This record gives sequence, structure tokens and C-alpha cells, in this order.
Amino acid sequence: MTDISKPITGGRMLLSDEMIQVFYRLLAAFLICAALTILTNSFFSLGNILNVLRQASLLFFIASGLTLVVLTGGLDLSIGANVAISACIAGTVIHQTGSPTLGVLTGIGVGGAVGMLNGVMVTALRIPSFIATYGMLWVLHGITYWYMGGETMHGFPAGFRQIGSGYFLGLPIPVYLLLVFLAIGTIFAQRTTWGQEIYAIGANPVAARLSGIPVARRLLLVYTVSGAMAGLASIIFLARLNSAEADIGESLTLPAIAAVLIGGTSLFGGLGTVFGTFVGALILTLVLNGMNLLSVNASWQPLVTGVIVILAVWLDMKTRRRAA
Amino acid sequence: MTQLAQSKAAEPIVRAPPLFELRGISKEFPGVKALDDVSFSVWPGEVHMLLGENGAGKSSLMKVLCGAYRADSGSFHYNGETVEITSPADARKLGIAVIFQEFSLVPYLDIAQNIFLGREPAGRVPGTIDRKKILADARRVLDSIGFDIDPAIQIEKLGVAQQQMVEIAKAISQNARILVMDEPTAALSDRETELLFALIARLKADGVAIIYISHRMAEVFSLGDRITVLRDGRRIDEVKPGAVSSDDLVRMMVGRSVDMSYPRTFAEAPGKVMLEVKGLASASGITGIDLVVRQGEIVGLCGLVGSGRTEVVRAIFGADKATAGQILFNGQAKSGGPDEAARLGLALIPESRKAEGLALIRSVGDNLIVSALRKIFPRGLFDHGKSRQIANDLVRQLRIATPSDKQAVGLLSGGNQQKVVIGKWLAAGAKLFIFDEPTRGIDVGAKAEIFALIDRLVADGAAALMISSEQSEICHVCDRAYVMRDGQIAGELARHELSEENIVKLGMQHA
Repeated sequence: MTDISKPITGGRMLLSDEMIQVFYRLLAAFLICAALTILTNSFFSLGNILNVLRQASLLFFIASGLTLVVLTGGLDLSIGANVAISACIAGTVIHQTGSPTLGVLTGIGVGGAVGMLNGVMVTALRIPSFIATYGMLWVLHGITYWYMGGETMHGFPAGFRQIGSGYFLGLPIPVYLLLVFLAIGTIFAQRTTWGQEIYAIGANPVAARLSGIPVARRLLLVYTVSGAMAGLASIIFLARLNSAEADIGESLTLPAIAAVLIGGTSLFGGLGTVFGTFVGALILTLVLNGMNLLSVNASWQPLVTGVIVILAVWLDMKTRRRAA
Repeated sequence: MTQLAQSKAAEPIVRAPPLFELRGISKEFPGVKALDDVSFSVWPGEVHMLLGENGAGKSSLMKVLCGAYRADSGSFHYNGETVEITSPADARKLGIAVIFQEFSLVPYLDIAQNIFLGREPAGRVPGTIDRKKILADARRVLDSIGFDIDPAIQIEKLGVAQQQMVEIAKAISQNARILVMDEPTAALSDRETELLFALIARLKADGVAIIYISHRMAEVFSLGDRITVLRDGRRIDEVKPGAVSSDDLVRMMVGRSVDMSYPRTFAEAPGKVMLEVKGLASASGITGIDLVVRQGEIVGLCGLVGSGRTEVVRAIFGADKATAGQILFNGQAKSGGPDEAARLGLALIPESRKAEGLALIRSVGDNLIVSALRKIFPRGLFDHGKSRQIANDLVRQLRIATPSDKQAVGLLSGGNQQKVVIGKWLAAGAKLFIFDEPTRGIDVGAKAEIFALIDRLVADGAAALMISSEQSEICHVCDRAYVMRDGQIAGELARHELSEENIVKLGMQHA
């Protein structure tokens, strides 16, 4: 029984809740920018800002797919390892065929296939997503290390490398991709029935199933998308670094989870936005960029990331009205 | 107690002061006055009934009593002396114990460990428990309330009624003199209820004061020595059970006169067969289920708790996989899961609204639209404006009391939450509504509204299959009823055969 079971008069609304959460974060990002502009000479330059955006976009690609998984109340720990295997296989395909298009399709395809496997484990075998994707992380690592045998792949066609390091109308190509996928992600989550169903599943999977939502199919989709986005990220990585080795994306999983959490998506599912994750990725990148510019020892970066994550989630819990 | 005796000796007073008394208690939350100048007292050996709709302030009062909430104003008196309750520890020291509907037992510890949780007798080695002593002590406490069970049994192996007994034993072991019980019979079978009532009589004889919250009129009259009615956070009146009728109480609770007779207009003749189930079985233990629901009918599904009623409707809806048999909906065979059921026009309103019916953190509007997404937005593009419009229409049509469609559904009262669950199936255009205990935890006023709504639905060409443990509901509302026993249908009762006696007779084992 609820204690405040009579309706609250005065019309306090929930709609604004999600928006307020995003607004707080945009404000935080803005304040960080302002502080860095004052504290450093080099922050407020076109070159540096484009650099921040490009780095944030890489983080966002992985984190956006992950956001959908987290919205359903799950977790995908295999994304970093998925980036590695997708990059290495895509790299091989480009080397063998000389076709960047085929390479891009392979990268996204391998990533998506891995994601779908995660989805099958979670839905058909009912393995908790944390365990399934954690196991997948090790499996992918093993396969990638075996496949690469300690080798590094170099030298990709110039046209392919444009995806990661090229410019169009003065903006890096990844920034365009960022805008495209931010729009797609936001429309998918907010403006499609599937997006609504994903929120419903995350908020209460049992009720979602009994409300007629095909929960297993939606989960399968969400894990596949998460994997495909890791595949996409692997292509941009490959194009930017112009090389591939077995540990290429290894360090990306935890920052991606950080971006999702800083962005205000609840690990319990049902609350959060793709746009919030974008802002989360931006905040994380800005802070790390600022620390570089301020010549703070790089060893402090993980500590600061950790503090920001804890702070962001704590503030979230403070400011959200809980109904459950 | 000695003071009491002394004062009695000094001047002969007709009546000792109450064991415990609250005077002028108020408690406000942002936007709502949960308690407004409430006074309340209990004498030793008395059962004081606390009555009120959901949201009337019963839970708040209980939480103030046990120290979970701090009252904004008002005073507490124990044996006539002013005392403070600002924390659960204060309440415990005064001997106040609350048996909540959701028990606070640790499932994987045994009965004895739960009774003495945090107060375990120390063993010889520091940090260990004196196993022999804790079991003996627990046995003594259990004996004192007449509960014959091995204290070494794990809590998770016990049924609801037994767990409740353990909760009471735990309270008694802490020398509780004031026992607060929140709808203690809500989840009990008739036999278990009788055992509980016997225990209450025993506690009364021992001088324990009992504050008893209930929604059931019958027990209010049979158990209560006094009745206090709350409404909108205020104490409406305190009455003696002999001096009022149940209609009087209902009027006090809702503040208006509610037609207690269930609203139902029976159709002349039932329509075409909508649902036909033949030989249905599932892994949950139901077998050979045959039943039929026709258009315009409300068909009851009764039987004891555990007889397989919920399992039958879950299998029909596809929530549990059928292992045998056939389900025909409008003549079409159905074998898939809940998504297929929803698409065909079946609706399940589950027993546990919070766990299975609603996404509590999501808004009223989100919950109302969730089952209708595919029907209203066939191209998959979700339109917030249209969704809000549909939600607001339903809020008006069902008179859901909410400040806005954006309000989180978890903040609504039980009755309004139930309306949201029904509303989501109205939006989906469902034709067969399966209700599992539709009025559990819902107050009288909302009950009548829910039944009026069901009546309107079937009059408009839908049909309903309804599980209820309240046999009077089945008798008043249903056209026919099936009675279950041990996972099978024991029999069918036509409208003129529907009586509590017949239902019970069919539901029990043949003697």
C-alpha cells in the first residue's frame, strides 16, 4: 500500500523528469566547457573541440547500443571484446578483397551476430545478461587472440581511412555519423512502438510480457543492435588507427558503461535516454580532455571517472521521484 | 502496571487509562495531509478495529505508531503517561509490534533464528549461537501462542499463514503488549483464518491490546470490540460493533452512501461462445480443464487458494505453456504466448497488480497505452500526442484519480491502479477479460466501481472470467461459476445454484 495514495494536487509531472535530468547534464557539460575555457588557453580552439567531439563520438557509438540494453534492465559487457573481433575480421576482409564497403558490412555484421548470440543466451537460455555477456567477453578475447596470433594488421585504403580521420565541410566524418546515430537512436527510443516496449520491459519485464509485448523478440533485437553498434565503432576505430590488433577495443567497455550511467540511464532499467548517453559521453570526454590540457597526471583519470559516475548516479537517485 | 494499581487504590476510578493512546496526531507529506488530528486508544485485552478506504490514513497511522514516521504534532500516552515515539526503537521499548502484510522474515534462516534475530543467545565460542537454547526458547514462545511446529524449519518452506504465526511469535517474544495487524487474513484460507482468530482470542485473554486493520466487514463485526473509521486522514468516528450496521460503516468510510449490492444487469440469454477450453493441462499441475465463456457473461472461477485457479487462467492466456488440450477463442485455435493472446483480444488482469500488472515507475499514460501500441500505431511510429489523448480519455472514462497522465502509476491508490490495468486492455480493444482477484486490496467504494465497469463491459459485448476468493462476489456478480479442487474443475454452478454453501461444498474434499 502506498502512503501517498491520494492524488497529489498541484499537478507535479513526470514528463519533465527525463528532460530535467538531461538538462542538468547539459548544464554540467556547459560548466565544464566554461571552466576549461577559463583555466586553459588551448581548450577553446576549433581543433580541440573537434577532437573532443570525435572522441566522444567513438564512445557514443558503443554506449548508444548499450543504452538500449540497459534500458531493458540488462547489461552488455562484451562490447569491447566485440569491437576487437569485428575490427580484426573486417580488417582481414578489406586486406583480402580490397573493398572497404565489404569491410564495413563485415564489421557491422560480425558485431551484430555476436550481439544476437548474446540475445539468444539471454532469451532462449535465460542466462542473466551480466553472465552471458561476461562469458562472451572471454570467448571473444580468446578467439581474437588466437585469430591474430600476436600479429598487427596495417595499412588500409585511403578511402576507407576517411571514415575515421576524414573531414567534410570542416567537420570530422565521425561527428556526422554521431549526429546520424544520435537522431536514429533518439527516434527509435522515443518515437517508435518498439522503443516504448523496451522501456516497458525494463520497468517491469513480467508486466510487459503479460501486457502482450513479445519480450524475447525485443530483447533479441536490443542485444543485436548493441552488437552492431560495437561493429560500427570497430570500423571507425580501424579507419582512424589504420591498424588492428587483438586488444583494439579492450579498454572501451567500462568507459561506455560510465557514459551510460553519467547520462542518467538507470541500471535497473526503464529510465534514461539515448540523448542522455550522448551527453554522458561528452562529459566524460571533456573531463579527460581537460585533465590532459591541465597536464594532470594520466593516472588520475580512472579515479576521476569513478568519482563522476558515483556522483552522477547519486544525484540521479536524489533528484528522481521514485514510485516503486 | 504498579502505578496503575496504586492509582486504583488511591481513588476508585471506573476505568483505568488506556494502555496506549494517541492524541491529535497529524502528519503531512508534500501535497497531502496523511493524518489530520487523529486520536485513538487501546485498552489491554481489546481488539480495536481500524477501518478506512485505501489512502484514508491507516498505513500512515500504523507507521507513526511503530516509529517509522515521526508525527508532525500530537502526543502519545502509555498507561496515562506521556511518552515519545521518534524511532522504531522507541516503539519497540513500549511493546508495540506491527505485523505488516509483507513479512519481515529472513527466508533462508529457520523459525528460531527469525524469532530471535539480532538477539540470539550466545554460544560458548564468541560469535556463535547457542543452538540448543535458541531452539528451546523458540519452542517455548511457539507453545505460548499454541503453534505446534518444529522451530528448526526454514522460513521459505512455510506457507503464508505459518509465516504470519512466526511473525506473531517474534512480536510476543519481544514482550509486545500492543500488536498492530494489517489485514492479517488477506492471504489466508478459511481454516487458517479460524486458527488466527483463535490465537487472537488467546492474546486478548493474556491482556494484549490489538489494533486490527481490515477490509472485511464480517471480521470487523465478529472480532472487534471497538471500531474507528478513518477517512481522508481524519478520524470520522469511534463506534461499538453492536451499535452500527455494515452499511453505516461503509457510509462513514466513503463519506457517501454506496450501493453495496453489486451492480449487475443480467442478460436475458448468453451470446455466442467466445472461449472454449477442452482438456487443458499445464506443468503447474492443472489437468483436464473444460470450460466455456459466452459473450455477455461473467463466469466465476472459484475454489480454495492453491486449487489451481490462477494456473488455469495463466494457461489460457499463454503465460504458462499448455501441455495438453485445446483453447478456442471465437472458434480459432490459440496456442501461443501472451502476445498472441493480447492480439486476439484476451486480457489478463493479474492478481498482483504491482508485480505483474503495472510498470510502477512509468506514468499512468505509459501504462495505459502499453498493450495497445500495436493496434493504435500499426506502422510502428509512436505519437506522444495521440497516446496522451487516448490516456486522458481513459482517465476520464474510468474516473482514475490522478493529477495527470504523467503521474507515476506507483503513486496511485490500489483501486486507481486496478483501473489503470483494466484501462490498458480497454485501449487494446480486448473482448475477453480475465480477472484474477480483481478487488484484492481495494476499498469498498472502488470495488463497486470496478464491478460496475465489468458489468458495462460485458453488456457491451465483451465477456469476463473472474477468479475471486470472496464467494459473495462470485454469487452476486457471476452468471455461472466453475469450482476447482486439486487442479481440476470439480463442478459447475448455474446462476440459481450459486451460493457460498454450494461453492464451499464443491471446493472441499468429499468427506
